[in-house]
Amino acid sequence: MTFSFQAAVAGRGFDVALTVGPEETLAVMGPNGAGKSTLLASIAGLLKPDSGRAELDGRTLFHLDPKQHAWVPPHHRGTVLLAQEPLLFPHLTALENVAFGPRSGGTPKHLANSRAMHWLAEVEAADLADRRPAELSGGQAQRVAVARALAADPALLLLDEPLAALDIHSAPLLRRLLKRVLAGRQAIIVTHDVLDALMLADRVAVLEGGRIVEAGPTRTVLERPRSSFAAGLAGLNFVPGTMTGTGIRAGRGREISGHLEEPGDAGGNNRPGVAVFPPSAVSVFLTDAHGSPRNSFPVSITDLEPHGDLIRVRAGGLAADITPAASADLGLVPGMTVHFVVKAAAVSVYGT
Amino acid sequence: MRGMKARAAYTGVPGWLYALAVVAALVVVLPLLAIVARVNWANFLPMVTSEPALSALGLSLRTSAASTALCIVLGVPLALVLARGRFPLQGLLRSLVLLPLVLPPVVGGIALLYTFGRQGLLGGALEVLGLQIAFSTTAVVLAQTFVALPFLVVSLEGALRTGGSRYEAVAATLGAPPRVVFRRVTLPLILPGLASGAVLAFARSLGEFGATLTFAGSLQGVTRTLPLEIYLQRETDPDAAVALSLVLVAVAVAVVALAYGRPAGGRTAGQVSGKRTTAPAPAGGNVP
Repeated sequence: MTFSFQAAVAGRGFDVALTVGPEETLAVMGPNGAGKSTLLASIAGLLKPDSGRAELDGRTLFHLDPKQHAWVPPHHRGTVLLAQEPLLFPHLTALENVAFGPRSGGTPKHLANSRAMHWLAEVEAADLADRRPAELSGGQAQRVAVARALAADPALLLLDEPLAALDIHSAPLLRRLLKRVLAGRQAIIVTHDVLDALMLADRVAVLEGGRIVEAGPTRTVLERPRSSFAAGLAGLNFVPGTMTGTGIRAGRGREISGHLEEPGDAGGNNRPGVAVFPPSAVSVFLTDAHGSPRNSFPVSITDLEPHGDLIRVRAGGLAADITPAASADLGLVPGMTVHFVVKAAAVSVYGT
Repeated sequence: MRGMKARAAYTGVPGWLYALAVVAALVVVLPLLAIVARVNWANFLPMVTSEPALSALGLSLRTSAASTALCIVLGVPLALVLARGRFPLQGLLRSLVLLPLVLPPVVGGIALLYTFGRQGLLGGALEVLGLQIAFSTTAVVLAQTFVALPFLVVSLEGALRTGGSRYEAVAATLGAPPRVVFRRVTLPLILPGLASGAVLAFARSLGEFGATLTFAGSLQGVTRTLPLEIYLQRETDPDAAVALSLVLVAVAVAVVALAYGRPAGGRTAGQVSGKRTTAPAPAGGNVP
C-alpha cells in the first residue's frame, strides 16, 4: 500500500524521488517554479516525464527508461487531482459533478447518485446538491470539489494548493474538513501555507529547483530546518556555514556561536552545518554591544515591515522582531547600519 | 439597475468619429432599406410562392441543412485536433483550412471541379465507383461545405483554445476514459460555440453562389439554389428577384439574431467562467 515515485524531466531540471506510506499525507512545499506542479502532473499522468518509474499499491503507473515504456493513462491510475480552483463542470449540478467519478467507472446512475449524496453530506454540502456551480460561492464550490474527488475513490489523492484561492473565512472551514477526510488516507498536498503542513501532513518534503532539498516529519522540518526555505516557513533565521567547535563559520567572515544540538559536533569537524534562531531572539543596537556570550553582526537595514504587533527589521539576510516603540527610539530607516545581537544560548547549531 | 438612466461615463470617443460611424452604418443599412422600398408588395406572395421560387428555396434549405450537418461532423474533429493536438505542420494546416474564408468562391468552385469532376483528381476513381458528383445536388452540398467549414472550425477552435483543457484533465483523473470526457465534458462545454458556428455555417451555405454555379451549375430543382434563382430572375423579372432577395434578408436577420442575440451572462448558458463562449466570425455570402 505504498506509493513510490522517481522521475526526471530534463527540460524543467526536474529530478525527484519520493515515497508516501499507506495512510500517510505528505506536504510538498517550495518556492514558485520549484517543480511542484510538474510533480503532481506526472503522478496524475497529465505529463510524461523523460524517465523514471512510479508504483502505487504494487501497480506500475509508469516505467520509462531506454528499455521499457510502460505508461498508464490518467483514468486508470486512481490518482485524483484536486486543484486550487474547484473546476466543477459548469453544465452539471453539484450532485452530478460528485457522481461523475463513480459513473465514469461504470457505476449505475442511481448507485452513483447515492454515493454522491453520501460524500456531499460528508463535506456538509448536501443542501447544495441541485445547484449549478455558477450558484455556489468559492468555498462551497471547493467543498463540492472535495466531495467529487473523494467519491472517485482515489488510491492516492493529489491536492494542488486546495486552499489558496479561498478567502480567509472559507479557508479554515475547508482546512478542518480536509483534516477530517485525509485522516487514514494516502495523499500528497502541495501548499504554500505552513499551517496546512502542520494540520494536514505527517511529513514534509521541500522542493527547490526541481530537487527535494529536505524531507522529514513535519515537526522536525519546522523545528530543525535544513534548508533556507523550510527555515523561512518556520519563521526562523537560517545561517549556513561550516561547523566549528562552538558554532558556525558562515560566509563574509561571520562567526556565530550557539548551542550544539548534537554532542558529537563539539570537536569542530568542518562539516556543513547551520545556525538557526528566531527573529524574536535578536536585539537591535546602534553601536557594537559586545558582551560574551553574545553574537553581534554589523548589518545594513534593507526593510522594515509590520509583523503582528511588532516591527520586523530585515538586514543582511537576517530578521529581528522589535517593538514599534524600540524602532522609533532607535530611529530605524532602511539603509541604516545597525548591530544585530543574539545570545549564543538562543542559537541552535546542527549539521546538515 | 438597468431601468435607471445611466450617467454619461467617459467614453474616449472623439465627436467626429460619430459622423464616420453614421456613414458606415448607412453603407450597410441603406441598401437593405432600398430592397424593402423596391418590393412589389401586391405581387409579393405569388412571386415568392411560384414553382421555381419554392423549388429553389426548398433546395437551398435542404442543401444548407445537409452541408451544416457535414460541417459539424467534420468540423468538430478538425477543430479539436487543431486546438488540442500536437503534430508537425499544424500551423500550416490551420492556415490552409482557413483559406476558403478569403478565397473567391468561384476559385473554390474551379478547385472542386478539378477534384471531383470527370477530369478531376478523384474523377477517375469516382467514375469507377459509378459516382458522378459534378453538376448534381451532392456538388451543391460539397461546394457549400467547402466555403462554410472554416466558419465552424474558427469559432469552435477559439472556444476550445480559450477554454483550455483543464476540465478535461480533471475528468480524466476522476477516472473518465477519453470517449466519456469527450461526450460528457468537452462536447457540453463547446456547445455554445458549436451552436453559433453551426448557425454561421448554415448562413454561409444559404448564401453560396460562386462555387455552386461553377461546380454544380444551375439546373432547376437539382442545383439551382435561391441565390442562383435570384441572379437568373434579375434579368427576366426584377420584381421577383427583389421579392426573393427579401426572403434571404429575412433569413439573414434571423441568423444574426440567433448567433449574436444570445443574452450575455444569462443563467441558461450555464457558463461560470464565460471563457468558453465565442464571438462568432462574421458571416460572408459573397458573390464573385
